[in-house]
Amino acid sequence: MAGTRLKRTPLYECHVEAKARIVPFAGYEMPVQYAGVLEEHRAVRTAVGLFDVSHMGEIEVTGRRALDFVQYVTCNDAAKLTVGRAQYSGLMTPRGTFVDDLLVHKMADDRYFLVVNAANKDKDYAYLCAQCVGFDGVEVRDRSDEYAQIAVQGPKALPTLQKLTSVKLDEIKYYRFVEGTVDGAAAIIARTGYTGEDGFEVYVAPGDAPRLWRALLAAGDEFGIVPAGLGARDTLRFEASMPLYGNDIDDTTTPYEAGLGWIVKLDKDGFLGREALLRQHGDGVRRTLVGFEMTGRGIARHGYPIWAGGKEVGAVTSGTHAPTVGKALGMGYVPVALSAVGSAIEVEIREQKVAARVVEMPFYRRAR
Amino acid sequence: MAQPNDRLYTKTHEWIILAGGEATAGITQYAQEQLGDVVFVELPAPGKKVEKGAALGNIESVKAVSEVFAPMAGEVSATNGELETHPELVNQDPYGQGWLVRLRVAPGAADGLMDAAAYEKFLAEEGAH
Repeated sequence: MAGTRLKRTPLYECHVEAKARIVPFAGYEMPVQYAGVLEEHRAVRTAVGLFDVSHMGEIEVTGRRALDFVQYVTCNDAAKLTVGRAQYSGLMTPRGTFVDDLLVHKMADDRYFLVVNAANKDKDYAYLCAQCVGFDGVEVRDRSDEYAQIAVQGPKALPTLQKLTSVKLDEIKYYRFVEGTVDGAAAIIARTGYTGEDGFEVYVAPGDAPRLWRALLAAGDEFGIVPAGLGARDTLRFEASMPLYGNDIDDTTTPYEAGLGWIVKLDKDGFLGREALLRQHGDGVRRTLVGFEMTGRGIARHGYPIWAGGKEVGAVTSGTHAPTVGKALGMGYVPVALSAVGSAIEVEIREQKVAARVVEMPFYRRAR
Repeated sequence: MAQPNDRLYTKTHEWIILAGGEATAGITQYAQEQLGDVVFVELPAPGKKVEKGAALGNIESVKAVSEVFAPMAGEVSATNGELETHPELVNQDPYGQGWLVRLRVAPGAADGLMDAAAYEKFLAEEGAH
């Protein structure tokens, strides 16, 4: 990124005021932590946390054939969406691997709102533009600079946000959204998140974001709300075993390998990667993403080699000390033969092989 | 921020208290703030000989792993076993209960280390606060 000027979200000043530690991430100056990752993690698990995720990309697909196009580039079945519903999906290469993972929101019959990873936004936009040739009247627009996104996450997310809107939040089911008003600002309010907790992702115009951020902090004060940074976002999503693009999935991994077969709808006609995925579905995968627990002392990190039977068999994709579970855990790709729960593997940590054991994912599941 | 003036400091943010040929070492307040929440501490086995500036161990925060460097040459005589179960002591009390290792050191091992005032000046010049 040398020579590239870092961008700031509309909430940058709020983070500086809150004495956040700011780091470069995906071309933005982002808050990695405020009070501390563990405290922020705990607040989201037990009360409520507020995340600035304005760096995420928002891409709009419009036109009479918008659905046909979304169906063509993604592996999940967007035809199942009705207006007001969102879907987790994969933007696919012709090889059936991930260009990105994303949320597809159906705004209208001829309008879809795609929320993509910040680091992939430009790549995704270029890919979508290249692929939409031949889909008459379909327009792809990068609207990322027109939206700020604030995630309100945790068991007290609903009562916090409810104070600022007349929209009946308890009527919005998981993976649904409404367009309404929050603290006087026009907003998309989606019951989605990346933490493993209940919560909402709120999309507003950048100019409305700082006031809404402060209003949410005030509204959540009685519940113990804290602003939470990218550090806690990562430990929360990791513990909930939600994949992170660039770590756990990328353009060399397929949804089947990543344990995301449920987002592949092979009965859907002609979409990018379908043939490759159909073949893999028939043949079976050779490697698969597993969760593991360190049984020896050490913490697995992204990129560390995984060993078994004296051979290097794979690599760690994510790993840390999971704060709520209280264990050193990791994820990584291993041959299918080693993927059963209980399988013994070793993680190479600074030239030492440390014992680990395959465990079930998700590592953490909230009580409902 | 005032640093305790009963000890010496390195440019890599370790502290040392020298007493009768033995040095107790840890990381500074600044270092623990930079690391964030410490969740795992890996220390050398007693008896290990280390050169000044060599890797002494590793401190893992939730986010990343960082090396700790030997502030002086010596032989490891003890490590803080309390950190196995309570790594957070490094954050909570870096100058006390969060100490890392004791080293048997040779005379003159403290040459080139900073006192509290010099370390504070060093932090200020680094742009830290």
